[in-house]
Amino acid sequence: MLKFPNSYLTKRLLKKPKEMEEKMLSIFKKARWSPYAVGTGIGLLSWVTFALMNKALGVSTTFVRTAGMVEGLVSEDHIRSNAYFAKYLGTMEGPYPVFEWQFALVVMLVLGAFCASWLSSTRLRETVPDLWKARFGPSKGTRFVGAFLAGIVVMFGARLAGGCTSGHGISGSLQLAVSSWIFFLCLFAAGIVTAWLLYGKGGKNNV
Amino acid sequence: MFEHFFASPATILMGGVIGFLFGFLLQKGGVTRYNVIVGQFMLKDFTVLKIMLTAVMVGSVGIYGMRALGFDIALHVKTAALLGNALGGLIFGVGMAVLGYCPGTAVAAIGEGSRHAIAGVLGMIVGAGLFAEVYPWIKSHILSVGNLGKVTFVDLTGFSPWLFIAGLLVAGIFGLVSLERWEKNNQS
Repeated sequence: MLKFPNSYLTKRLLKKPKEMEEKMLSIFKKARWSPYAVGTGIGLLSWVTFALMNKALGVSTTFVRTAGMVEGLVSEDHIRSNAYFAKYLGTMEGPYPVFEWQFALVVMLVLGAFCASWLSSTRLRETVPDLWKARFGPSKGTRFVGAFLAGIVVMFGARLAGGCTSGHGISGSLQLAVSSWIFFLCLFAAGIVTAWLLYGKGGKNNV
Repeated sequence: MFEHFFASPATILMGGVIGFLFGFLLQKGGVTRYNVIVGQFMLKDFTVLKIMLTAVMVGSVGIYGMRALGFDIALHVKTAALLGNALGGLIFGVGMAVLGYCPGTAVAAIGEGSRHAIAGVLGMIVGAGLFAEVYPWIKSHILSVGNLGKVTFVDLTGFSPWLFIAGLLVAGIFGLVSLERWEKNNQS
């Protein structure tokens, strides 16, 4: 006698969560999300870092701490006497932790991106990008040396400006910081000129 | 330095959770890819600009909104040393166009499996070390030029932040809608 409403209810209850679960899964399995959804997500993350951690979302200071850590393994005196390392790692008398919140953030970027690409089965085992191949040839060595040297340039620029695409470009710009908007505009101007000089008009067909 | 290697577990945990979500979003947004970043500079793929502008718009409304509602939220503004910011931005842009990543996206690209991003990240560590060595000279010769301190456009002009945020939203939304329309018309 109770069978009808019961089965109806269980059907409703069992069907809905399953549909929802499938829908949720399909979102995570999607290879790409709308840039506006991703931008909104990053904007919301900045709310959390400001409100809960009293920090601004950033990445590049961690590279100073990493360099200091590596150099410190060789000679701690050297990094303790350097004014720039002392700003972020403290002095011999009052050392700051190396592995602080931003260090953890940068390490976990790897796992976050791994999970995202793994869920959508779009892991990219790239060694030489196509556009680079078309311009500089298929040599892995050339690309690795080029990427290494460009990495030096990128980080030198970031430290000179006081931040990178995250710390200046996003966190600084959203605070309406003068420094960050200057950085943002100069970055794009130099990036556009460099890309066109390097790859020219034909490069457009390879990206 | 290694007696005090770790910060408190709570800060590390919070940083780790934020980093995981940030890395997840960067990959789903496609900006962990060389092609997407260089495509932005070639003015063919506007993903980078779309993500950054949206994040800045959402972020500014939230941060200044929470402050207006009376929450105690401190700003973390970086020093406006005009020559340093401009030169640094230019150098950064040149490197980013060759590398195809910025620091955060390079680290995330390693998670996605891109091998050449590892060389880029190693270069970045060396770059940070090099900067530390020449910092005293840079501090006295470059960072002192046009140094306004940690200022925002609000400090500089005395206007309400909402004037700038309204301008940002109007220009940003109009710009992005026009961009979408232009992309749709130029699809071949």
